[in-house]
Amino acid sequence: MFLSGRRLVSGVIPYHKNLAVLNQVRNLLSRKYRPFIIRCTLLLHICFCALWLNISDALANQNTLEKIKNSGILTWGFDAEGGAPYVFHDPAHPDKLIGFEVDIAQSIARELGVTLHYFQNAWDSILLSLQRGDFDIALNGIEITPDREQAVLFTHPYYVYTEQIVTRASDNRINRLEDIKGKKAGTLYNTVAKRMLDELGEVTVNTYNGQIEPFKDLLLNRIDAVFVDLPIAQYYTLPNPQLRIAGEPVGEGYYGIAVRKEDAALAEELNKIIEKLLRSGELKKIYNRWGLWNASQEKLFLHEGLLQRYTESQPSIIKKPPHATTPFLIILLKGALVTVGISISSMMLAVSLGLILAIIRLYGNKWLQKIATAYIEVYRGTPLLIQLYILYYGLPNIGITLSAFAAAILGLGMNYAACEAEIYRAGIQSIHKGQTDAALSLGMSKRLILQKIILPQAFRITIPPMTNDFIALFKDSSLVSVIALVELTKSYSILATATMDFFKLGIITAFLYFGMSYPLSLFARRLEKKLKPYDQNSQPLQTI
Amino acid sequence: MIKIRSLFKQYDHQPLFKGLNLDIEKGSVVSLIGPSGSGKSTLLRCINRLETFQGGYISVGGQTHYGTQEKKHSLAQNERETTNIRRKIGMVFQQFNLFPHMTVISNITVSPIHVLGAERSAAESHAISLLRKVRLEDKALCYPDQLSGGEQQRVAISRTLAMRPEAILFDEPTSSLDPEMTREVLRVIKDLVLEGMTIILATHEMSFAKNVSTNVVFLEKGIILEYGDAKDIFNKPKNDRTKIFLGECPW
Repeated sequence: MFLSGRRLVSGVIPYHKNLAVLNQVRNLLSRKYRPFIIRCTLLLHICFCALWLNISDALANQNTLEKIKNSGILTWGFDAEGGAPYVFHDPAHPDKLIGFEVDIAQSIARELGVTLHYFQNAWDSILLSLQRGDFDIALNGIEITPDREQAVLFTHPYYVYTEQIVTRASDNRINRLEDIKGKKAGTLYNTVAKRMLDELGEVTVNTYNGQIEPFKDLLLNRIDAVFVDLPIAQYYTLPNPQLRIAGEPVGEGYYGIAVRKEDAALAEELNKIIEKLLRSGELKKIYNRWGLWNASQEKLFLHEGLLQRYTESQPSIIKKPPHATTPFLIILLKGALVTVGISISSMMLAVSLGLILAIIRLYGNKWLQKIATAYIEVYRGTPLLIQLYILYYGLPNIGITLSAFAAAILGLGMNYAACEAEIYRAGIQSIHKGQTDAALSLGMSKRLILQKIILPQAFRITIPPMTNDFIALFKDSSLVSVIALVELTKSYSILATATMDFFKLGIITAFLYFGMSYPLSLFARRLEKKLKPYDQNSQPLQTI
Repeated sequence: MIKIRSLFKQYDHQPLFKGLNLDIEKGSVVSLIGPSGSGKSTLLRCINRLETFQGGYISVGGQTHYGTQEKKHSLAQNERETTNIRRKIGMVFQQFNLFPHMTVISNITVSPIHVLGAERSAAESHAISLLRKVRLEDKALCYPDQLSGGEQQRVAISRTLAMRPEAILFDEPTSSLDPEMTREVLRVIKDLVLEGMTIILATHEMSFAKNVSTNVVFLEKGIILEYGDAKDIFNKPKNDRTKIFLGECPW
């Protein structure tokens, strides 16, 4: 959405069919807050896109519309991170989601006569999650583009978006797109706005992942203008007297509700509801409330209709976000609980699987050894993020659908098992050969020697590096937010982008992480001491 | 009791034993002497197969294991025979090789309990009586790092005895000990000799060897140069090399 129309209305920019897949990939990846690494998954996306056409039929054989009516629940997928004014946490009541799309989704649920359930999902993968059946509809500023239409089914548009220039109130040099020439402009990564600026030429373009950053840089005089979707431009500009909307909106595109391809009946039903909401004026009322109604929206009625620029709308609801810390803490603590749950479960998996791998690698027969070595090399040599994507979005292709929690634990656990296996191997190999000699000469079997003599000694040696790994895993657990889990880091970025308070919340979040990892270090130290009772009273071995 | 025939062993195509034969009677005390690198330790380690060998066989009280190139036994059977031989023969190492993560008493009882299936209480009372014999019963709950070298070696001997072996291999048991600790350990070995234990002792303690052994093997470069009655060899060695090795101090 914020990448507003990575492409304009069909016909404005002619599309070459061969580019469709590539564009789909780009569309999926584009937008907003996105850890740098996510871009590394481009390749994976290409694979998924190629597979999409096949899987859409396999999934969700059940008629979704019937399912919704029978269960009385409509599950709605969205990303609230940096989502203002679409979907975001109310800065005054952070446990509450607000935004014009919340209003629309609620109206739709009401029209269907069902309850609305919320499903937070990273925007990058929202269509993938829709495909795998995590929710029934994706309604989150998703532009209708021909390449996306190959993957999902869109309803009639519910909003017409345009691009808008924003500049400092004190700066009257820029009033049209052409005025940006020779100056510095900020826009969002991989957007139509970016493409338009590039085509304009003679502009220094700063590209951002998050929607707040360009406005910050604009206020700091680092850039002269911001060029983004109108809703974003309005949301950040109107409450701030230091900024102003410069000139008319440019370019146009449609937001539509996405459903799975086989859900034509659901789409039909949604189309009727959208039409009803339009005719009754309810949709207009919602857009007015958020200051988003403009002449372009008439197109929703007329489709090819004329353009009559219409700029009124002093939004009533948009005001400077207040700073409330206490309710935030509850959301952060909830995220922390997920982080702890995932970390501990996956570390337990890593530690036990790692031990099995290490033993196979050291003592197994030739073929098992090769398999264990291959496992370790592959898991160590590929990004965790790709492994998570394959587990969560790839496995459904072969009929295995894991819950997000299970996929997170398996992903982290299996990845770290490879590291733990090597730590165990180093620990086992560091035990003096004389120990094995003595045990063998006492008639012990290899298994007994491993169990009673080697492993107990190796364990103690492996505690410090394993603690290290556990703390690393603990922090790596933030990666699982890509598969629809809201853990601590995700909670932080959702809240921080909603309130623009990166500093205070950041400190609190960092403190929460540290508050969880430090006791872990202490525990590991105690455990190490406990496993080495025989020199508790003696001096440290190495006194240099 | 122990029969070694045509023992052939090589390291990286460097032959060490080229058809070594040796018989050891039950109840005898055999000292293995010879210069460093002559193969004393390797011979001991071949007997309970801590080292593999390529040719010939070693038989201990009816159990036989063959060299890796002999095709007399299946791999599994050879493995079984080896395990049985290891249970019959104890071994004491130069570096003690106690298990550092276990108390003295656990070091001694771990094998009887888990290998022989002994009751814990029975194993422990046996262990205490063995510790009493080496005068270390008050150290039962210590960890090896808390003991002196001599004490550790005496615990190691007790640990071996706990398996009630028919013979014990000593691999230079006092080489890393000072004279005082050496005396403690030799005293324990002497007690075993008096009890009639079959012992093979690789050592550089010539006077002790002369004192306790019934037989002596003089080994050099993997070849037995002289094997015979201890008194004969120490008093009037026949082989010139033995004479030089045992020779009087020139000062």
